[in-house]
Formats: sequence, structure tokens, C-alpha cells
Amino acid sequence: MEQRPGAVLTAAPPTAPSPDIELRDILKTFAGEPAVQGLNLQVQPGEFFSLLGPSGCGKTTTLRLIAGFETPTAGSLHIRGQEMAQVPPYRRPVNTVFQSYALFRHLSVWENVAFGLKLQRLGKGELRSRVTAALTQVKMDPFAQRFPAQLSGGQQQRVALARALVNRPAVLLLDEPLGALDLKLRKEMQLELANLHRSLGLTFVMVTHDQEEALSLSDRIAVMNQGRIEQVGSPSQIYENPQTAFVADFIGDTNLLRGQVEQSDSATVKLVTETGLPIWTERRSEWNGTLPQQLMVSIRPERILVSAPGQMAGIARSPNCHAGRLKQVMYLGPNIQCQVQLPTGEELTVLQPNGREQLPVIDAEVEVSWQVQDSHALVA
Amino acid sequence: MPQPKPTTNIGPSSPVPNSSGPSSPPTPLPTGSGPGFPRSRRSLGLPGWNTGKRLIQPLILLGPAGLWLVVLLLLPTLLLLELSLIPGFRLGQPPGAYGLGNYVTLLDPLYLTVMGRSLTYALGTTALCLVLGFPVAYWIAILAPQRWRSLLLLGFILPLWTSSLLRAYAWITILRPSGVLNSILAGLHLPGQAWLNNTPAIFIGMTYSFLPYMVLILYASLEKLDRRMLEAAADLGAQPHQTFWKVTLPQSLPGIAAGSLLVFISALGDFVVPDLLGGSSSMTLSRLVYQQFLGATRNWGLGSSLSLLLIGAVGLAIALLLKWGNRDSDGSLL
Repeated sequence: MEQRPGAVLTAAPPTAPSPDIELRDILKTFAGEPAVQGLNLQVQPGEFFSLLGPSGCGKTTTLRLIAGFETPTAGSLHIRGQEMAQVPPYRRPVNTVFQSYALFRHLSVWENVAFGLKLQRLGKGELRSRVTAALTQVKMDPFAQRFPAQLSGGQQQRVALARALVNRPAVLLLDEPLGALDLKLRKEMQLELANLHRSLGLTFVMVTHDQEEALSLSDRIAVMNQGRIEQVGSPSQIYENPQTAFVADFIGDTNLLRGQVEQSDSATVKLVTETGLPIWTERRSEWNGTLPQQLMVSIRPERILVSAPGQMAGIARSPNCHAGRLKQVMYLGPNIQCQVQLPTGEELTVLQPNGREQLPVIDAEVEVSWQVQDSHALVA
Repeated sequence: MPQPKPTTNIGPSSPVPNSSGPSSPPTPLPTGSGPGFPRSRRSLGLPGWNTGKRLIQPLILLGPAGLWLVVLLLLPTLLLLELSLIPGFRLGQPPGAYGLGNYVTLLDPLYLTVMGRSLTYALGTTALCLVLGFPVAYWIAILAPQRWRSLLLLGFILPLWTSSLLRAYAWITILRPSGVLNSILAGLHLPGQAWLNNTPAIFIGMTYSFLPYMVLILYASLEKLDRRMLEAAADLGAQPHQTFWKVTLPQSLPGIAAGSLLVFISALGDFVVPDLLGGSSSMTLSRLVYQQFLGATRNWGLGSSLSLLLIGAVGLAIALLLKWGNRDSDGSLL
């Protein structure tokens, strides 16, 4: 099957000589409990790679394994082609931006940024020019003599970035870097992170639980759940072509329905849910041989059309067309979200762009329809 | 338009009861000078009552402790100050004229030696406690498993549960010429040492007495240490010993200062250990004070000036800490 954890290279640049980071069959247990298992991952040079998942999914453990704060129970970990599983953090060519920055409170901004370079015994002149350059890069040069306690959250974030970047790491690790910032500042810093990544050409590995952040910033995303990688792919692959029900559900909103395969031809498959709702979906190439008996379908709310009964606006020839009743209408600004109950009992969430039409009325009889290719089939 | 009827008002700022209809415009709260309902005398009297309350409350809270301090600390200290200004004051004799004679006596080389010795003992004990206590506190706070920490700490401060006198006597049995320590040395075919009534006995006894305080304070400081800061240091390339000198130690400086000050003050004023373990050759300020008040000489005037010298030394130590502590980048003291 394409895109399963084993086949992570599909979306990577084909010319990549060797990955910056490679995890092979990593297992990490805490007190006998596996925190991550069967971890296989490759991060290519220059990539912005995100580890995305709910809390407790093992994404932070994975990052800490790469940084060297944890050692894997089993498996191998390579950074720039060198085995690093047992190497202490201070000998690894990576630097971390910590979740709540972990700036040294007893040192000024300047001294914080110079910390790593001083340990490398750099000459005074080069030290000064590199610290200044790093501070300028994050626009913190006017604050060099301040102490962390005198800075706002966003400013501390910038110092933490400069402190890591000044060492010119092979890979920059970011642990929920924007988690502690308020929404507006977070959007701003997201843009700056993207710019920084583009201008430096550096490999970024970011841990986040914010799917929007991951989708907007990353070249590739690994979606994690319960210590395992569910899927690795580009943002659009993850969103448009989720491989598991978890990914479909975790990334964006979706309508998940389960059904028995009733009939199929070379192009389409017809499922029937337990309640008797028929759903047509595309036949996937990987099912050429045997078709699974049970399938799940994920239908994105924005791909479903609500119309007045009998109008069949837009999606004229789709077999996925059902009568329903509006249970709820929510005005979201750019969109209008509706809950439509089908006669079989299922409730579908539908997202309609706000097109200046009259708002549908609750309890109105409507029709919902969606294209065959928009009911995305998953192995149940 | 229905007028609000604030008959149920509780305080000056309580909201108007919802007697006004939904269509009525917002009505300003009636004030004492406003039309209609006059504010009660009670609410006019409130400010005055408040000032009274503002004074009474702290007095009630601070009274008992304040009285204690005034009667048992401030007044005796002032009395000491007066006595120290009467040269050669002895109980039962008519007091002489005021003068600085007692303080001039303190400049006698004999007393200067005693002061130097007291200072040496106090500083030495502080240094020993710091050197011995830091690794212990570090180990309990950072390295030991979480669930053992409280128990380990308890074990370490357990000696404080016995009286200092008892502990001093215990050390006598260990350090005396035919004591436990010399028996062990003899068993190893090593010559016995004159531990007791000597400087080593004082350092051993005082360090033993004050080590728990140092460990307790250092533990409290190290336990607050942000572990991610240690990880950040390692991440930036610092080996464990570099992390210790560049992050752990600077971060625990306030704790080190507080612990050292406490041990220094206690050691400077300690009487039991120097008296029981030190012997006649190691006279200290505290023993001298005892001698002047309760010993053979009974020179209360000189004793008072010695006491004030001790108080002054401790005050100086605290002042230095305050000044030094303010340099902390956090701006927070201790």
C-alpha cells in the first residue's frame, strides 16, 4: 500500500542523497510501557517536517529521541548518516527550540545566544559577529542586554530561536514552538518561521498538536497516534488522501461512515451502512485483487452540497444524493455549517461557502449530494 | 418610567435591583446627594469605619508577634546598649558614669584574637557545610528517585530532633582520647589524636549541627531548578560539568547565599559546641559573653558590648546579603 509508514520516501525530493535524520524500527518504553514503537522515519535535507498528533501520541518523545534527551530502547537513529542513538545531546549536530523556551534566566539575551558558541571556544570577533547576526535575524538586536524576565512571550520565543540557530545546526528541532503564544502572535510567528526556513534552507523538525500549523508550514507531516506513525505525507496528501480513519478524523472535520461492500465494478464500489444508507465510492487501485468486506468512508463537509429538494444543484449525476432534514445551521462568517439528518438516521456535517444566499431554515427538507470520488474509502 | 427602589442596597456599590423594565434606559445609581432616595447615614459613615478597619486589621495580625519582639528583643537590646555604655558595670554595684570604656577594652589584642577565632570558626563551618551539603542537596533534589526524596530529606534532618546538648555529648564520647574515633585509629595501628578540646572538635561539632539547615535550604533551591534549562544547556553543547558550572550553580546562588548566611549566623552565636567540645584554648565571642554575664568575671558592661558586637556582625552579614542578593538578574531576593 502506498503511503504506509514503511514507504515514507514517496513525497521526498528524488534527488536527495541521504536523509538528514533517519529513524529505523525505533522503540522507546517508559517503565515497560511503549511510548513510541515501530518508528520509521526519514527527514530529507532542507525539509520542514512536522510530527503531528494528539497529546500522548509520542511526538514529543520522538523529538527528544532525535535531540538525545532520551535513548531508544531498540532501533537505530542516524543524523547526517551517523549512528547517534547512544550519543549524548551535547555531541549531536542538532539544536532545539524548547516548548516554553527554557532560556537561562541568569543570563542576558546576548549571553543566552552566545552560550553555545562560547562552549565551542570561538574567537571573540567571530563570536560577536555571529551573535549579532543571529539576534538581527530574529529582530532582537535592540534587546541584547535585557534579561529573559524582561521580555514578552513572543520576544523570548525569538531569543530561543536565535540561541538555537546561531550554532548552525544540521537540523533545527522545534517542540511546540508557538504553543504558548496567543493566536495573533502565533500567526505572525508562523509566517516568520516559514520565512526563516526558506531563507536558511535548514532542515526543520517541528512537534505540534495544531493541525492548521502543521498543514500551513510543513513540507511533509507525520501523523502520530498511540506511539505509532499513522501516515507520512505532504499536507495535501494527508488531507485529501488519509490512509486511516484516525488521520481522516484528526486532520480537519469529516463525516466517517462504515459500511458493507454490496456491489462493485471496475470503477466504483457500493457500500451499505448498517442502517441501510447506500454510498458509492471509487474503487482504489490497491484493491484490484481482493476487495475488503467492510470499508469506511470519509466525506469532507465542504465537499457535500445542500440544496432545496429536487434542484440537484451542481452535482447532477451523482448517485450519492439523499433527502434529509436540516437539524442545525451555524453561521461561521465565511462559511455556513449545517447538520443534516438523513432518513436512515445518520447525521452529516456540511460546510457551505457563504454565498449571500438566504440562510437555510432549521427543519427544512433538503437534499444532500456529493461526488463519488469525494467519498474517500478507508480500510475499516 | 419606573424608578429603581434601592431599598435592599447592601453596600455603596451594589447594583440596582432589577425593578426597571427592559425598555427603560440605564439609570444612574442614586447617590447621597441625588434626588429621591437619600443614602443612609450608615453608608456615609463607611469611609471612617474603613480607615479604622485599615488600622485595626494589621494591628490584630501583627500585635502578638510585635509585642513579643518589643518586649523580648527590642527592649533587652536597648538595655544591652545602655549597659555597654557603662564601663565596668557589675550587678549589685552602683553604676558608674557613661563612657566608651567597654568598647575600648574590646580593642585589646586578647579580645581581638577571640573575635578573629570566632569569625574563623563561623566562616570555616559555613564553608564545610557548603562543601558537604551541596552534593547531598543536589543528589536528593536532582538525582534521587522522586518518591524517595521526602524520606531522604527527613533522614537528613532527623538529627535536629535531638537537643544540641545531647549531640555535643555524643561527640564527646566519639572524640575523647579513649573514645570511638581513637579506638578505630588504634585498630588500624594509627596513632591516636587529641580531637577533643581542640579546633577540629569545634569544626566537627558545628558542621554536624548546622549541616541539616544548609541541606534543607539548598534542597529547596535546587528542587525549583528548571530541568529544561539543563537540557537546553546540553542541547547547546555543554557537557555535564559545564552545565553544572554555567547553569546549575548560578541558578542556585540565592539558595547558597541564604544557606551560608543562616549557618554563619548560627555558628557565630553558637555556645554549646565551643563550650563543650572546644576546651579552654578555643575561647569564642559567645563563650566570652557567657563568662561576663554568668561566669566568674560578672562584668555586665563588657558582656553587653561583646553582645552588641555579635549583633552588629550578624547585621552586617545580612546587609551584605541584601545588597548582593539584589544583583540577582531576577530582581528577586532568595
